Order: sequence, then structure tokens, then C-alpha cells
Amino acid sequence: MLLQGHATTTCKKGWIHSLESFGSVDGPGVRYVIFFAGCPMRCQFCHNPDTWTTDNAKEYTAEELIGQALKYKSYWGKKGGLTVSGGEPLVQIDFLIELFALAKEKGIHTTLDTSGNPFTTREPFYGKWKRLMELTDLVMLDIKHIDDEQHKILTGHTNQNILAMAKEMSDMGKPMWIRHVLVPQVNDRDEYLHRLSDFIGTLKSVERVEVLPYHTMGTYKWEQLGLEYPLKGIHPPEQNRIDNANRILCKGTYM
Amino acid sequence: MRNYVQWEGFEGRRWKEKIDLRDFIQNNYTIYDGDESFLAGTTEATDKLWGKLQELQKEERAKNGVLDMDTDVVASLTSHGPGYISPELKDLEQVVGLQTDKPLKRAFMPYGGIKMAEQSCKMYGYEPSEKLHEIFTKYHKTHNEAVFDIYTDEMKKARHCKILTGLPDTYGRGRIVGDYRRVALYGIDRLIEGKEKDFEQSARYGMRRGTFQLREEIAEQIKALKGMKEMAAAYGFDISEPAKNAREAAQWLYFGYLAAIKTQNGAAMSVGRVSTFLDIYIERDMAKKILTEKEAQEIIDHLTMKCRMVKFARIESYNQLFSGDPVWATLEVAGMGIDGRSMVTKNDYRFLHTLENMGPAPEPNLTVLYSEHLPEQFKKYVSYISVKTSSIQYENDDVMRPIWGDDYSICCCVSATETGKELQFFGARANLAKCLLYAINGGFDEMKKMQVSPEYGKITSEVLDYDEVMKKYDTMMTWLAHLYVETLNMIHYMHDKYYYESAEMALIDTDVRRTFATGIAGFSHVVDSLSAIKYAKVKPIRDEDGVAVDFEVEGDFPKYGNDDERADEIAVWLLDTFMDKLRTCHTYRDSEATTSILTITSNVVYGKATGSLPDGRKAGAPLAPGANPSYGAEQNGLLASLNSVAKLPYEEALDGISNTQTINPDALGHSDEERTENLANVLDGYFRQGAHHLNVNVFGKEKLIDAMEHPEKEEYANFTIRVSGYAVKFIDLTKEQQLDVIARTCHDHM
Repeated sequence: MLLQGHATTTCKKGWIHSLESFGSVDGPGVRYVIFFAGCPMRCQFCHNPDTWTTDNAKEYTAEELIGQALKYKSYWGKKGGLTVSGGEPLVQIDFLIELFALAKEKGIHTTLDTSGNPFTTREPFYGKWKRLMELTDLVMLDIKHIDDEQHKILTGHTNQNILAMAKEMSDMGKPMWIRHVLVPQVNDRDEYLHRLSDFIGTLKSVERVEVLPYHTMGTYKWEQLGLEYPLKGIHPPEQNRIDNANRILCKGTYM
Repeated sequence: MRNYVQWEGFEGRRWKEKIDLRDFIQNNYTIYDGDESFLAGTTEATDKLWGKLQELQKEERAKNGVLDMDTDVVASLTSHGPGYISPELKDLEQVVGLQTDKPLKRAFMPYGGIKMAEQSCKMYGYEPSEKLHEIFTKYHKTHNEAVFDIYTDEMKKARHCKILTGLPDTYGRGRIVGDYRRVALYGIDRLIEGKEKDFEQSARYGMRRGTFQLREEIAEQIKALKGMKEMAAAYGFDISEPAKNAREAAQWLYFGYLAAIKTQNGAAMSVGRVSTFLDIYIERDMAKKILTEKEAQEIIDHLTMKCRMVKFARIESYNQLFSGDPVWATLEVAGMGIDGRSMVTKNDYRFLHTLENMGPAPEPNLTVLYSEHLPEQFKKYVSYISVKTSSIQYENDDVMRPIWGDDYSICCCVSATETGKELQFFGARANLAKCLLYAINGGFDEMKKMQVSPEYGKITSEVLDYDEVMKKYDTMMTWLAHLYVETLNMIHYMHDKYYYESAEMALIDTDVRRTFATGIAGFSHVVDSLSAIKYAKVKPIRDEDGVAVDFEVEGDFPKYGNDDERADEIAVWLLDTFMDKLRTCHTYRDSEATTSILTITSNVVYGKATGSLPDGRKAGAPLAPGANPSYGAEQNGLLASLNSVAKLPYEEALDGISNTQTINPDALGHSDEERTENLANVLDGYFRQGAHHLNVNVFGKEKLIDAMEHPEKEEYANFTIRVSGYAVKFIDLTKEQQLDVIARTCHDHM
């Protein structure tokens, strides 16, 4: 609560890729979604590679963004609110703190959609992250792959700090939704799914696990950016594989 | 005070003394705030009849959309003997009565215009009768002929160039909703008695034209009431007295509606607000234990089936305007009472449930009168039905109720009229986008290359100056508003004279209030064009005659549909301004001028006749439908778009502000439960801001494309989509309109 008052006096700006007035699969209920620009991960299945850099991003102040979001308050009902997605929002953690502080001042439900990649227990990040958690009602954490080696191949980074972040959130009782993009030949083997399920089982505050079937609708963006699409030839998962993943991951024991 | 034995168990007294349906309903309906678990499935009879009807519909499609047609009988209340879905199954029909002697057979209706009646026959390979041709060209004048006798040259030019278009001078004006419930509650004899009294009271010393006209009309109404009795008698029913139970109430009411659709081929033939009324009879029968839920649902299913069978012979140009063979048998459910009680009854669930029992269908045009105060369970159920069927539309009861009370009906797609007390003179649309081009080109039509308005002078500057354009546009809109109202005055005078709706008017108070419903086409394009001229640099590209045929735009400009105040304030200004101009005109029979922002599917035809616009829309491309933002203009998602439309003040467009949105199911939620809940939130949020209307489609583009390419697939036979103000079977749309629907923004952020 220390942050209240701060938020309105500073005027940092955030790099924003785009805004969406109607998000309905980005947290509970109807949500205003702010896509932050910039991401250190290079996931092979990314369907928004245009958010990796700040090239086409625009700068906004927290006040501008909250002002925009509040125009849609009448649609939020009891559950809806604001979701910050990206890109990777934690890259701009200072601005994110400012934004969420202002949102909480206005009584808006805040959801953070993150890959967890920038997480570290080193300062100054760790202290900021803890403050951010005070301002965040729900975290949607994407776990791309449970196996660290495979995770490195898929994203170019380790998953150890990501799993550590999940553990921290569990310890503080932070409500979490775990999301897992199911990619055939990459992470849909039963072995991986069971390991992921076991990990989720150790977490105390998971409210929901969502299996998101990989889709190819973002491939045109790779082409537009002049990039080679690394998962060429991999098709969206069959329904039976999706059902299988749901069976293994969405057990209800941790929900 | 009358007291029929059929009224036993009903409360209240005012409605017994005087025809007053609202009083009857308010005194007798039973609120329902539970969920849908009480609903029953189909009966064997329903399955058989619906199965047969689907076969007939298939046959109809195979025969180019028309199964059968009359060529030598002029339709009237008693022109045909009884007709049934199938002679073998006739005892299964809980509600009987067809427009002609055979199912889906279209009647011959020449009073609107013999040319059109004949054209529609020829179009489908039928040879119209020579004798009728002689009668209706030599001995009897029609509405169409009469209007063209008195049009001015300027009107004909405006019509030819389609700055005024879709005018009801070649087809029935429709939009008059008889209060069909009166037949059930009072019986025909009591209604005749009422009209006879009105007739006597209209006589006084010093009568003039207005009174002569009224007396002739009442006389016609009384004849129509007698005709209805005869028509019902052919089916073995005596409707002189009130209906005694739920089945009779549905049947009597339907006979009232049947009388309308046998005699008028109006563009819209609404059924009205009948659901809560019928529920009262069902509740009474259930209390007496003479009706089960299954039987109640059967009655509603069969009544609905009848509404799905209404057919008219239309001509090609009509089909282009209003594609997919619509009749707007609009039927309302829900709404709130002015005393704050919900008017949702179990019967509202039953009507919605017909879409589950018999699958999705465009007719009846099921309309939910929405209020955020409706029971939560009901809101969930309607959202669920929307997600499942895309067959219902929503209108904001909270903005309509203060103006029309709590017993209004929707008389067309989206327009309210107080049931049994009001009628609407339907007036199609003025193309305000073309009007903007006239302002720039001095009234010279950019497509037909002819002078239409007085020569107010072209704009000749290299770059369009906002103030100059606005000044010229104001002058041109004044000219158009005046011409438009004068044209409609002529049309409605002649319609009353040659094609009077005696059956419908017999079921409306003699002392009727009238609204004069004009309309606007090209709305979003005018807004974005003016915004472009104001915020960017617009250079006309002129042809050798100095007529602007295209525009070059430099720079960015705000667009309607993004919740951007700069564009949205132009939108509000446009509506206010045009409405103010209409209000200054004298209107036929002192009707009250209103307007709508509603194009139905005519946006495609209007677009074809409209040149390139400063907003970037190219000549001939479809206009955006209704009050929808333009194609591709929406950059911030569904809710931003809804917010822009919600800013348009309903008070300035009492005839309705239509908005159609298509949402990809995957973008609405992961499960049906989530989708249902999210949609209910969207509706609450939109209507809470005072918005008027929303059509909701829930499907992806892929499905539309597949249906267009494979219309023969069984799953698409009844694939229903909402378009501006009504629903159609997608496969019945013209290819052009299918492409147009596909091109519209599909909200699919995932």
C-alpha cells in the first residue's frame, strides 16, 4: 500500500504493443488486455513474435492506460478486470508496478499473464517483484516445458527460475492459473505431462490449469518479420491428445 | 360489463369493460425466475410435423426457393379452403391455418402492384393469369401505379439514382402489428361491437375528408373481422367468442395473424408480444390440471412452426434488398413492467426452447427485450441459446420502456410500437453517404452522371476544407430530408387508399397513434469521411466534368468504432442533425417523425449505387450495415466498437439503432459455460450504457466459408445467422451477401 500516491506523481511510460477491449480468455470474465512490448524468450511456437521487440510499440503512461481500461468497466461484471500480457510484462516491472498500483487504487481486478522468464531472487528485481505481487490478484503462469533441457531448446532459456517463481507464489498463497501450450512432438509426451502434473501438484494456490492447443494462426507474423518459422510442418494437436493432456493435467486435486 | 365463462379464473376488471390487453396481462401473469430445467422436449406429433416441414423446405430449396405459387386466385381471407402441413398429419397439428391451401405455397397479391405480382410469378417460371392482368390494369388501380402517377420528376430521379431507396412503393409497407391477442381474449363479436361503436361515434355534423376516410376504413375493418370468422370456420373453429383454454388461445391468436399474412405481403409482418399473454392461459390450464408441460411446449412448438412457414412472392429487386426470404415474423420475450416486476414467464423459455427442439431458424424473429434487471437465470439461458444458435437478437427494454410502456411490440427488425395502439409508416432509407458526395459534387450523381438536386454548386478546391464541406452538406441534407418526407407522404397516402391493412387495423384501436419511420444508410461512412476531411488531408480526384470520383487521403484520422470521442462526436452530430431536419417537415396524417440506423441486408445494394468516399471505401463496395462501424475500422476490439455505437442517443433514433456483431466462439471463452457468462456480461455492459440493439452471432469465419462452398452439407440446412435486424439461413443469401457477411469484422482475438 506504500505505493499509493506514488503512482499518480511519477510519470514513467511503458512500451505497449497493443490494446484489446475484449479479452475473454485472458483471466476470469471479460478483461481489458494490455500487451506489453518486448520479450527475452524466443519460443518456437510463439504466435505473437511481433511483440518480441519494442519496434512498433507506442509509449503510454499508467494513467492513460487505466483511463482507457475504465471505459469498459461496465462489461466486467463481478469477475472481470485488467490483464497485462505481452510480450513479457516483467521486463518492464517498474512500469508494471505503477500500472497495477493505479489499477488497485481504482478497485480493478489485476491479472498478470507471464512466462516468468525474468524472475530472479537477486536484487533489485526480487524486491520489486514482491511489491508487484502485492498488487496482483491473479497470475497466469505459462510453463512451456517441464524438462529444463527441452525448455532451453524450445525457448532459448532455462526453466529453473520459472519453476522457482511458481514455488514462491505458492508459498505466499498467490492465486495462480497454470497454462501449458500443447505442441505435438515437442511437449505432449505423456512422460512430460506427468512430470508437469507432479510439479503442479506441489503448488498450493493453483486455481486452474489450462491446456492451450498449439495453433498456427501466428505463422504469418513470422513471415512478415522475415523470420524462419521453426515448427514448420507441426500441426495443431489432435483432439485425443488434447483430451489426454487435460486428463493428466487438469486433475482437480490441486484445484 | 361483459363476463364470458371463458374468462373464469382471470383477475381484474378494466380489461373486461374496455379492450385493454395490457391491463389483462398485468393482472394475470405469473413471474418466473427459475431456470430452464422444467422444459420439455418434442412430442411425437411435433417430430413428425417438423420432419415433414423440413422435407418441404428441402424441396423448396431444390426448386430455386419457391415450392408452389398461385397464379389465378387473388389472395383474401377466404380465397382458399383449409390447408395443412400434410393431409395425413392434419390431426396432429395443435395450431392450424395456412396462407393458401398448401404448405409453403405463395399467394398472388396484386393490390400492392400488379407488375410486381406478375414479375414474381415469371421469375420462378409460373405464368400469371391473363384475366387478373386485365382486371388489375383496366378495372382496378394498384398502390404502385397510384404512387407513380403522382411522383414528381425530382422524386423519380432521386429514386433512380438510389439516394432514396428501398421505398415501399413496389411492395407492401408492412410494419403494422395487429394486436392478435385480442382475438383470443375477446372473440371476434366483441371486437366488431367495439368497431361499430367507433363507427357511430365518428359521425358528426360537418364531416370532411378525414372523417370520410376514417369511416371507410372502419367499415373495411368490420368486414375483415367478419372475414376472419369465416376463415376460421373453414378450419372448423368458431372464433366469435373468447378462447377457453391455452390451445384455443394460441389458435385464435394465430388466426388473427393469419388474417394479416393472407391479405398483406408487407416487408415486415410481426407477430408481436404474445408470449406472456399465452402463458396466462397455460398457467390456468395447468392449475386446472388439464395441460402438461409437454403439451404446453407442443402448442408453442406448433405455433412457432407456423411462423416458420410464412411465405410471400417477392421480386428480384426485393430479394436484393432483403435477402434470404425474410418476413420478420418478429416475436418478443422478456422485458420489465413499468411497476418494476420482471415480465419473464415460463413461456419465454418455451419460445426460446423451440430453437433447441426444432433447431435454429430465422423465423419467428425471436427478440429478447433485455434489461439488466431480468432474472439472472433467464439471462444465462438466453446467452446460452445465443451461443448455441445465433438465432436471437437483443433490444434494450430499459431505453424503450420509458417511451413505449411495457406492452410494446417490435414491428419490424428493431422498431418498437405500442401494441394495438400504434402503427408505423415504414419509410426505408435515405443514403446519407451519397448525400455527402452530392454536397461535394453539387448534387450531380457520381454514378448515374446526372443532376439530381438543385444546382448548389460543386466544391472546387484541391484539398477539401472541413468547414466548406459541412456547410454544403447541411444544405444538401436539408434538401434530401424534405424530398424524402414528401415522397413518403405520397406513398403512404396511396397505400392507405389502395392497399389498406384492414385485417391488422381491425385489431388496433381506431384512435391510433402513428409514427413516420425514416431511415439512414451509410452512417459509418459519413462519419469516417467527415473525420478524414477534418483530421487528415483529403484530395478529390475529379473526372473531366469536375466530378469527384475518388479521393486521396494523406495522414491518419480517427474512425467510428474505436470509442474515440473525435469520431464518435461526429456520429452523434450526424444523427441529431438529420433528425432535426426531418422534424421540420409536415408528415402524412400528422404522424410523428422518427428515424432508424438500420439497413437490413440492403447495405450491399446501397453500396453498389454509391461512389468512392473520402473514408477510403471504394465505389460499389457494400456500405457497413446499420449503425455498425465500417469494415476494418475497428482497431481496439469488440467492446470499443460497442462503446462507440452505445453513444448514439436512442431518443434521436426511436425507430432503432441496429448493431450486428460476430464473435468467434474460441474468443468468447474456453467452455460453453464461460461463453455464456461472458456474453451475458457483454450484454449487460452494452445495454447499461443506453445502447439500443444487438445481434449476436457466435461462429468463426471458417464455418461461413465452408457453408458458402458446401451448401449441400446437411449441417448447413438450418445454419442461421443474424444480420442487421433479422436472421436468415446463411445458404439462402446471395453470393454477394455471403461474401459481405464474411468480410465483416469477426471478433476473434485469442
